[in-house]
Amino acid sequence: MKRVALIGMPNTGKSTLFNRLTGSQARVGNWPGVTVDLATARVLVGGHMVELVDLPGLYDLHGFSEDELVARHFLEAARVDAVAVVINSSQVDRQLALALQVKGLGLPALVLLNMADEAKRYGIEIDAGRLSRGLGLPVAALSGRFGTGVPEGVAALARVLDEAGPPREAAVRAALAEDHRREEEIEALLRASVVVPERLSEQASDRIDRLVLHPWLGLPLFFLAMLAVFQAVFWLGSPMQDGVEALFEAVRRLALEPLLAPLPELLRGLMLDGIWAGVGTVAAFVPLIVLFFFFLAAVEDSGYLSRAAFLTDALMARLGLDGRAFVMLLMGFGCNVPAIMGTRVMRDRPMRLLSMLTIPMSLCSARLQVFVFVAAAVLAPSRAPWVLFGLYLASFAAVIVTALVFRRRFESREPFVIELPPYRMPTVRQVWLRGWVEVKHFLRRATTFIFLGVVAVWLLTHLPAGAAPAGPDTLAGWIGAATKPLLGPLGIDEKLAVALLFGFVAKEVVIGAFAVIYGLEGDALAAGLAQSMDWVAATSFMIFTLVYTPCLSTVATLRAESRSLAFTALAVAWPLVLAWAASFAFYQGMRALGF
Amino acid sequence: MTARRPLSQLTPGESGVIAAVDGPEGLRQRLAALGFRAGRAVLLLRRASLRGPLHVRLGTTEVALRQGEAGGVSLRAVAPLAP
Repeated sequence: MKRVALIGMPNTGKSTLFNRLTGSQARVGNWPGVTVDLATARVLVGGHMVELVDLPGLYDLHGFSEDELVARHFLEAARVDAVAVVINSSQVDRQLALALQVKGLGLPALVLLNMADEAKRYGIEIDAGRLSRGLGLPVAALSGRFGTGVPEGVAALARVLDEAGPPREAAVRAALAEDHRREEEIEALLRASVVVPERLSEQASDRIDRLVLHPWLGLPLFFLAMLAVFQAVFWLGSPMQDGVEALFEAVRRLALEPLLAPLPELLRGLMLDGIWAGVGTVAAFVPLIVLFFFFLAAVEDSGYLSRAAFLTDALMARLGLDGRAFVMLLMGFGCNVPAIMGTRVMRDRPMRLLSMLTIPMSLCSARLQVFVFVAAAVLAPSRAPWVLFGLYLASFAAVIVTALVFRRRFESREPFVIELPPYRMPTVRQVWLRGWVEVKHFLRRATTFIFLGVVAVWLLTHLPAGAAPAGPDTLAGWIGAATKPLLGPLGIDEKLAVALLFGFVAKEVVIGAFAVIYGLEGDALAAGLAQSMDWVAATSFMIFTLVYTPCLSTVATLRAESRSLAFTALAVAWPLVLAWAASFAFYQGMRALGF
Repeated sequence: MTARRPLSQLTPGESGVIAAVDGPEGLRQRLAALGFRAGRAVLLLRRASLRGPLHVRLGTTEVALRQGEAGGVSLRAVAPLAP
C-alpha cells in the first residue's frame, strides 16, 4: 500500500478533486502528531493500491498557521510515497511556489493543474509540457468538477509511483527542519553575540507611552496636542501671510502697474486683478503649508503619529478608515492641502482615496474667516456662536456621511498592523528637508492648475467687455441667474451664487467678492448683507460654502496626489451634491418650522 | 498540550508564546515581517479604549494591531509577565 498526500492552497478545488478521485470511499481518520481529522480513501492507481490523504489547504509549507503546521507534521510523521500538488490553473503564477517547495523536500511529486476549464474561459493557456520540463515535475491539466483529464492525471500519478523509491520521511524531516535549523542557528548566533535582557529595562518611551496612551487621558492629550499645533501654525503663520500679501501688493504698485499701463484696459485687468491677485491669494497659503509640514514632519519623526493612529483607530474603523486618516482629517481643519498631501503615510490606495475624499469636508481656516464675517454681519450676537458651533458639527457629519457612502467603493484590504517605533527627537535637518520638499512639490504640481482656474474665474466675471465686474451682465451673472431654479430653494440668490463662483478659487476670496458684487465696503457691506438675507438664508449659505467644491489649491492637490482625473471629478462633484442636499434640508426645514 | 488562547483575549501585562498565525495571506506576511512567528514570545502592553487596537511587544519591536487581526494569532503558555 502506497500513501499519497494531496496538498494545495485554499480555493483550488482540492476537495472536489479528492471526491472525484475517490468516489464514496472517503473516510475521516486521525493521525499521530496531527490534531485534526483528515479525509482519506483507498483507490487503485495503475497497479498500486493507494491511500490518498487530503491535507488542509495551505499557502506555504514553512508558514505558521494551524493548517500549515498540520500539513507539515503529517509530511514529517506519516510515510508518504508521493505528493500531488493541486494548483488552481487561473492562479498558476501565484501558486507555483508551493510546487517548488514540495519538490525541495525531495519527495516524488506531480502537479495537477485543476480548474483547467475555468482557466480556459479566462483565455489562460498553459503549456503543460514546457511547464513540466521547467519544473522537473510531471504536470497534468484536469478538472475535478467535470472530470475531464482525470484519467490522464491518475496515469501520471501511477508513473510517479512506479519510479518512486521507498518513503524517506527522515529526508523530509531533515528538509523541513532546514527552516527550523535556520531559526535555531539565528537563535544560537544571537545568544552568542547579542544580549537582550529577558525583560527590557524601562525606557523613556515606556514612560511616555504610559501617559500619552493612557486609556482616558490619551485622547484628550491628543486633541490638546493638535490644538497646540494649530495655534502655533496660525500664530507664526498669520504675520507671514500678511507679509506675502504685502509683498504682492508692493510688486503690483511699484512694478506691474507702471509696466502694464500701456496695455488695453481689459488685458491689464486680467493681468493685475485676475492673475496677479489670484496667484497672490494662493501664494498667501504657502507659509501655512510650510509650517504645517514642519509640524507634521516633527510629529511623524518623533513617533507620535503612529501613537495618534493607535488612539483614534477605534473611531475610524467603523467608517472604513483607520487612525492615520483621523490625524489627517484633523490637520484638514487647519488647511486641507497639507492634510491631503499627508495621506501619503497610508500605503493602501483605496483607503487613501477615501480619506482624500473626506478631508475637504473639514472646516478649514479659510472657510472659518468667511463664516465669522457673515455671522458677524447677519446673525444676532446671541445666535452667532451657536451657528458657528453647528457648522463644526456639520463638518464632522459631512465627513461621516461621505465615508459611509463611499466606504464600499473604496474598500480597503489593508490590515491595520503598524509598528510603534520608540520616541526619537526629530532633527531640524530632517524636518526642514521634509517641509521644503513638500512645498516645492505643491508649487510645481499645482501652479498651472491654479493659474488656469484663476484666469477662468476672472474671465467669467469680466466678460463681455464693458459689463460691470461680477455684475448681472457678465458671464458669471448669467450663470448666477441660470442657477436660480437650483439655488433658489436653498435661499441663495444670484449675487450669492456669483460669490460662490469666486469661492472656487479660495474660500476667503468670498468676502472680497461680496465687496465687488455689492459695490460696498466694510460696515456698509455688512449692513447690505444683513438686509439681503435673514439668519436662515445666511446659515444655509454658510452650510453650502462649508461643503461645496473644494478650493482650487485643494483640487489641484487632489489631482496631483490621486493622479486620476476621474477621482478628482468625483471629489468636486460629490461635495456639490452633498452641499445642495444639506442646504436644501436646512433651509426648507427651517422655513417649514416657521422661521 | 496546554490550552491555546488568541492574542486578542489577553489582558494587558500577560504574555504568551506564539503557536500559530492564521489569517488572509497578506496579513500573515505582514505579521511575519514584524516578527510574529511560531515560538516567539508576545507581551500585551495595553489596549486602546472603545475596543480599539492592541499594543504588543515582541522582542524589541512594538506593534499596534486591531482585535480582529490579533484573533488569528494563537498563543500557548499564557501567563502574566513576572514583575
